Amino acid sequence: MNSANQHLPQIWIPVAIYLIAMLYIGYYSNKIVSASKGDKFLSEYFLGSRSFGGYVVAMTLVATYVSASSFLGGPGAAYTQGLGWVLLAMTQLPTAYLTLGILGKRFAIVSRKVKAVTIIDVIRERYEDNLWVVWLASIGAIIFLIVAVVGQFVGGAKLFQSITGLPYMWGLFLFGGIALIYTAIGGFRAVALSDAIQGTVMLFGTILILVVTIIAGGGVSNILGTLNSINPDLLTPYGVDNFIAVPWISSYWVLVCIGILGLPQNAIRAMAYKDSKSMHRAIVIGTVVSGILMLGLHLTGALSRGIIEKIPEGLTVDHIMPVLAIKLLPPWLVGIFLAAPLAAIMSTVDSQLILMSSTIVKDLYLNYINPRASEDQKRLTNLSMICTAILGLIIIIASIKPPSLIIWINLYAFGGLEATFFWMLILGLYWKRANAHGAIASMITGIVGFIAISKFWPRPFGTHPIVLTLVLGLIAFVIATYVTTPPKEETIRKFWGA
Amino acid sequence: MTKKYIIDEDPRYKQTNKETLSMVILLIANIAWWFIFAYGLGSSPPESYTYIMGFPAWFFWSCIMSCVLFSVLVWLVISLVFKDIPLD
Repeated sequence: MNSANQHLPQIWIPVAIYLIAMLYIGYYSNKIVSASKGDKFLSEYFLGSRSFGGYVVAMTLVATYVSASSFLGGPGAAYTQGLGWVLLAMTQLPTAYLTLGILGKRFAIVSRKVKAVTIIDVIRERYEDNLWVVWLASIGAIIFLIVAVVGQFVGGAKLFQSITGLPYMWGLFLFGGIALIYTAIGGFRAVALSDAIQGTVMLFGTILILVVTIIAGGGVSNILGTLNSINPDLLTPYGVDNFIAVPWISSYWVLVCIGILGLPQNAIRAMAYKDSKSMHRAIVIGTVVSGILMLGLHLTGALSRGIIEKIPEGLTVDHIMPVLAIKLLPPWLVGIFLAAPLAAIMSTVDSQLILMSSTIVKDLYLNYINPRASEDQKRLTNLSMICTAILGLIIIIASIKPPSLIIWINLYAFGGLEATFFWMLILGLYWKRANAHGAIASMITGIVGFIAISKFWPRPFGTHPIVLTLVLGLIAFVIATYVTTPPKEETIRKFWGA
Repeated sequence: MTKKYIIDEDPRYKQTNKETLSMVILLIANIAWWFIFAYGLGSSPPESYTYIMGFPAWFFWSCIMSCVLFSVLVWLVISLVFKDIPLD
């Protein structure tokens, strides 16, 4: 479907400007990356030298987290289920204050003390270089992130296709390729800076489409009146035919709120701010922005039911946002609006890509396979960039044959990552007794548990599998910790000492 | 076996713990607010809903006002509890 065919130039120009801006950020960051000497390279390439202020940290945090599911799948579900889905989305309001506030300055202090550049650096130091811990965490991260990025690429390429008629593969290679390029050459700095712009684009896109939708529908009361006549369930917190059961939606507080502390690409941002003031600003800005985005996007989805009676032939409910944009916006605004979900996807993907790359290059290769490589800076630079590029390429190729339903794929990889990292990170930071064996036990229990529960008991007591998974992971952690030896005093001194 | 570590804890942790705790409390309040308004007001049949600015009351309070309220609260808590401490 390419209902926007006659307006292609007007749609493409804003998109092209946006993509070129992303490439420029890659180029700009690459100059800084190339100029970083010696052991500063790793810190620059994988953490932007911890140099970011409040606005950038807030935006990179929110933009990394907000992805295709928030821009496409989520509003699509809100179209189907009504206001109850917006309620579900509001569990994501605390993203910023939760991540930055709970990992907190302690995390920033500790990570500086141990000179950590990745999450697994911190984990390795805390769990005394235990090989199992590092390798399990690394492999887990890589596998789940690949699945997640594929989900994002699929969403993005489909989006391009539905709005512009651009064949799926072309869209995939175009924006997948651009994301790959600026991430590979610019590293974390490119990721964070582009996220800041992408977040801003998302913000304006969201406000735009919400306002336009309300106006086009003749006001909120009018639209909700239409929804009421379609099905009064749409106005309740419960969704159609009680689809949004209370135990299930409540477990989203774990899945997309508390649990995100266990997402490495999220947690790393709690290490990236330059000082306390930046952190404070980031928390406030991040909260405001995530509120506007989550409320705005999903409310638009719910309200669109009063404007778009039927999803056009050949499309799914995931396409409601682009369909709405094409129907309501003048062509040049459609192009600007198309940049917003694209930004959401690219900002998520670039963070996941750089994280995978850091895991392979720093956490695995440099630590265990070839530590001498860090002495040759030119080689290290090339290695890091090539690794990022190859990873991106593998994922783009894997995205050619797309699986269905973005929102569910993304949440599956989500749960897996959370099950792997959550307890290891939180207990490692706040519980002196926590040791490597506890970490290993919780990781294995978490990953195996999440997969098994999702397959065989998908609604334990009506909740999402992540809840039971994390409960089991905690129990495993505590038991394994207490039956094995405590951490060495020097480790505790490293993490708690003055 | 309880192991006691004898170390001088980083003096900054006293402050960071306070900050983290305040965020946990805020989160609990956020969840409680969400739950109470969504299901306290929303569990009655839709025909009986009252509306604020066009939105059902449950929605207005649990979704829209929670954004406003908790943005303000976050700012307030940070102004009152958080301190500008060195991280290095």
